[in-house]
Amino acid sequence: MHIFEEIKKSTITAVWFVFLTFPIMVIRVNTIHKTIEWRWDNMIMVAVGSFALSFVWRYFMEHRQAPKPEAMGRGVPWIQNARQAIKHPVFFYSAIALLTVFAVIFPFIFSRYQVNIMTTALIYVMLGLGLNIVVGLAGLLDLGYVAFYAVGAYSYALLHLHYGLNFWICLPLGAGLAALFGIILGFPVLRLRGDYLAIVTLGFGEIIRLVLENWNEFSKGPSGIAEIPRPPIPGVELSLSESSVFLYFLVIILTLFTVFVVNRLRNSRIGRAWIALREDEIACQAMGVNKTATKLTAFALGATWAGMAGVIFAAKTTFINPASFTFLESAIILSIVVLGGMGSIVGVIASALILILLPEYLRAFSEYRMLLFGAVLVIMMVFRPQGLVSTVRQTYQFKGLKKDKEVG
Amino acid sequence: MMERLLDVKSLTMDFGGLRAVDQVNLDVCQGEIVALIGPNGAGKTTFFNCITGIYAPSDGEISVIPPGKKPIRINGFKPHKITQAGMARTFQNIRLFPNMTVLENVMLGRHCRTTSKILGAILRGSHTRREEEETVDFSYHLLEKMGLEKYANEFAKNLPYGAQRRLEIARAMATEPFLLLLDEPAAGMNPQETKELDDLITKIKNEEGISILLIEHDMKLVMNISDRIFVMEYGREIAKGTPLEIRENPKVIEAYLGEEVHA
Amino acid sequence: MTSSFFAEKEIYNGLLLSRTIILQELINFLMDYFLELLLGGLTKGSIYALIALGYTMVYGIIELINFAHGEIYMIGAFTALIAASILNMLGLGQITILILASILAIIYSSAYGFTMEKIAYKPLRHSPRLSPLISAIGMSIFFQNYVLLAQTSDFLPFPSLLPEFEFLQPYRHIIRSPEIFILFTTVVVMVLLTVLIKFTKVGKAMRATAQDRKMAMLVGVDVNKIISMTFVIGSSTAAIGGVLIASFIGQINFYIGFIAGIKAFTAAVLGGIGSIPGAVVGSLILGCTESFATGYVLSDYEDVFAFGLLVLILIFRPAGILGKSSSEKV
Repeated sequence: MHIFEEIKKSTITAVWFVFLTFPIMVIRVNTIHKTIEWRWDNMIMVAVGSFALSFVWRYFMEHRQAPKPEAMGRGVPWIQNARQAIKHPVFFYSAIALLTVFAVIFPFIFSRYQVNIMTTALIYVMLGLGLNIVVGLAGLLDLGYVAFYAVGAYSYALLHLHYGLNFWICLPLGAGLAALFGIILGFPVLRLRGDYLAIVTLGFGEIIRLVLENWNEFSKGPSGIAEIPRPPIPGVELSLSESSVFLYFLVIILTLFTVFVVNRLRNSRIGRAWIALREDEIACQAMGVNKTATKLTAFALGATWAGMAGVIFAAKTTFINPASFTFLESAIILSIVVLGGMGSIVGVIASALILILLPEYLRAFSEYRMLLFGAVLVIMMVFRPQGLVSTVRQTYQFKGLKKDKEVG
Repeated sequence: MMERLLDVKSLTMDFGGLRAVDQVNLDVCQGEIVALIGPNGAGKTTFFNCITGIYAPSDGEISVIPPGKKPIRINGFKPHKITQAGMARTFQNIRLFPNMTVLENVMLGRHCRTTSKILGAILRGSHTRREEEETVDFSYHLLEKMGLEKYANEFAKNLPYGAQRRLEIARAMATEPFLLLLDEPAAGMNPQETKELDDLITKIKNEEGISILLIEHDMKLVMNISDRIFVMEYGREIAKGTPLEIRENPKVIEAYLGEEVHA
Repeated sequence: MTSSFFAEKEIYNGLLLSRTIILQELINFLMDYFLELLLGGLTKGSIYALIALGYTMVYGIIELINFAHGEIYMIGAFTALIAASILNMLGLGQITILILASILAIIYSSAYGFTMEKIAYKPLRHSPRLSPLISAIGMSIFFQNYVLLAQTSDFLPFPSLLPEFEFLQPYRHIIRSPEIFILFTTVVVMVLLTVLIKFTKVGKAMRATAQDRKMAMLVGVDVNKIISMTFVIGSSTAAIGGVLIASFIGQINFYIGFIAGIKAFTAAVLGGIGSIPGAVVGSLILGCTESFATGYVLSDYEDVFAFGLLVLILIFRPAGILGKSSSEKV
């Protein structure tokens, strides 16, 4: 009677969820006209939905509780196979070639609107990779990452407004200022335990936003700063669509630069220290790693990338205000890292593209965007905390004394 | 008298009102294996945590004397400074980096003996490349010495228990210490594994020239390999001497009453 | 001459007198203003306390910062609003509505708290520390958007359900009836909770689980049940807080849980997270600090004070006022 047992369980779940969602989902009161709207269709939706989902949930729960040994370390089999296939040089180089061609012709075959969306998505890739250094590699849950993004964006906007500095000067300046902020904040807070650190960074992020909102003389308050110029090419007059294409290529280059840097760092002396700190802080210190300095480098480096992305964001939208830098923005970036897999570069790129592009293209979907982000965080933590693409550490091969390195 | 490496004078550690370590003196000389024994809760691990910088001691003097160099007073030093000074440790409950490979675990031990920084890592210049190669070489050789080379690319968490213990020792040795602190290295091992550990520790002392201070409950191992033994009870040092002297010491026998002294 | 002299003196005296009166009035005014701020702060603080309890109890028992706790409070407020509106249309009296709406809010908040624990936290009992925190952040965002999509993003007017006391009329400028009501309710809830935790079997099991989960399990405590109970109790007090504050401020939206949650968390940390008396003390201090800071210094920066306080406490005294500092066992 296994099947009846399962149906019974799901029925109970469905009844429970109907009860649970009844006031919020079914009833809507109009407090002004004093009318009540009963949305019974929602009730049916909840009943059917939770009935079906409870089967899925239980199925995955059972599989989670009995993880297969090979699935533990290196990800599920099909990903393993895919990884093998990707490693094959023919496949690898043809894929790279295809991607390059696609990326190059993209702005010429699609509309300006599409190019803008892609640019946004790539900015999120940069943000995701930057936060990945902090959260994924060093294991520091930074919930105020958006503060550094804001620092970058406002650096450009204000430096241009007051001193007329152009984009190319502001890009490194914004990144540098964000890094400085990272160090200033990081110094006192990095000795805190993980969950406290998360909350302090959240508090710091909110403080930055509230100050930007309230300090009108400095930041022009909630009305924001407008007419921020797009990146110029000296001596060339760009039309609107030309400049968005130019920005697109600029972001592509910066994204590639980010990938390059993160990949190099990951398998370096400093990268190993970050991961070891994430794995066991006390053992790591006892092995001669300076905890504060190592954490600080991760924190500041992550901030640098947020700052850089912020400058680009300001240049792309040409208008910024504090509303772009709420906690939700931090949460979106965190979802990207969590979905992609902490420490994984490919995973973070894929998840940034999925999470940002999907709601853009599926309009019906976009309303549910944040609902989805919330659900992604919970579901990933419960079922696949290592993310879509779990990280594979670099392996080394030894032939006698001479050894070849191979990047996995 | 041989050259001293570690000199601890009247070390005291209070937790609130509780005195976990009470004026303990201990020293380790060049080429020695010294054991610190005592019943459970005697304060041995707390003592280790004090001299490795995990706790800041309430009182006392701790100095390490790197061979041929001036003494360094290490009270209140951060753990990584102490490791840099040349004293490395293992943990009672194994604390490896589970999601790093075995080789990487050892390579992490090289952190404090290498220097490449962020920019070096990004640009990967000749200095960084050379250093990285040396780190891999050094670590791999160490794994070979510990009989762990076949696991080099496995995740540390997938290793068998005994191998995890050995990996912890290898990781500590990668920091090139002159004094190795082992916290209950034989805990949870069967007699065969304990025998192998016995050989390994002797080998580390003889071939690598690393002196050893260990906490251990396995009396057979302690009596076999130690040159000198310190005994603690209730946070105090109650006896010290050669294994022979300790075996005959009435205070020690009393402290261990009901526990097996003559294994 | 004399008369004018007298007149002058009289004027002088009059001036002196009027100056004293002005000074007196100024002092009175300042005193009243101070009292107003103090009582306002205490009221605010006691509502924070009702929410902070949930944080501190959950943290005490499973060491999780239940980030979505603020949303439980928000859902309580929404349930109460919906219930109150319907009951109002049925023509029930104010007190009846208050009681029924509160009960429904408590039931629903607890149900949400209970379900949330089962879905998002229970499967993560043995995960690394940050996993349940990320899961909690996910839950928080999910609930916010769930209410946003199913209800509305606008502020909804909340009926004032709290009773007016006639005898307080003369002191209107210092304290209003709802404030007294809130203070009183909070005290009652605190007393009940203390009794529950100190003197009942469930309370004992809770304290045991908080101290050592494994040991409690070994001596026969159903730890899962106790954890669920903790969520239910914490959610209930948050629901009471939700009804009170919504009724006091007069409007709610889906976002009220976030700020209130952070502030209640600040209060819990300030008092020493895990400690119940600490949560109350911390909340009252936070409420008063905010009240005085915004009353005397800068009114725009109310939230900055709360966040600033949070950052400062966590950096300088993470154990809080009444908490004990703990270090990891090596």
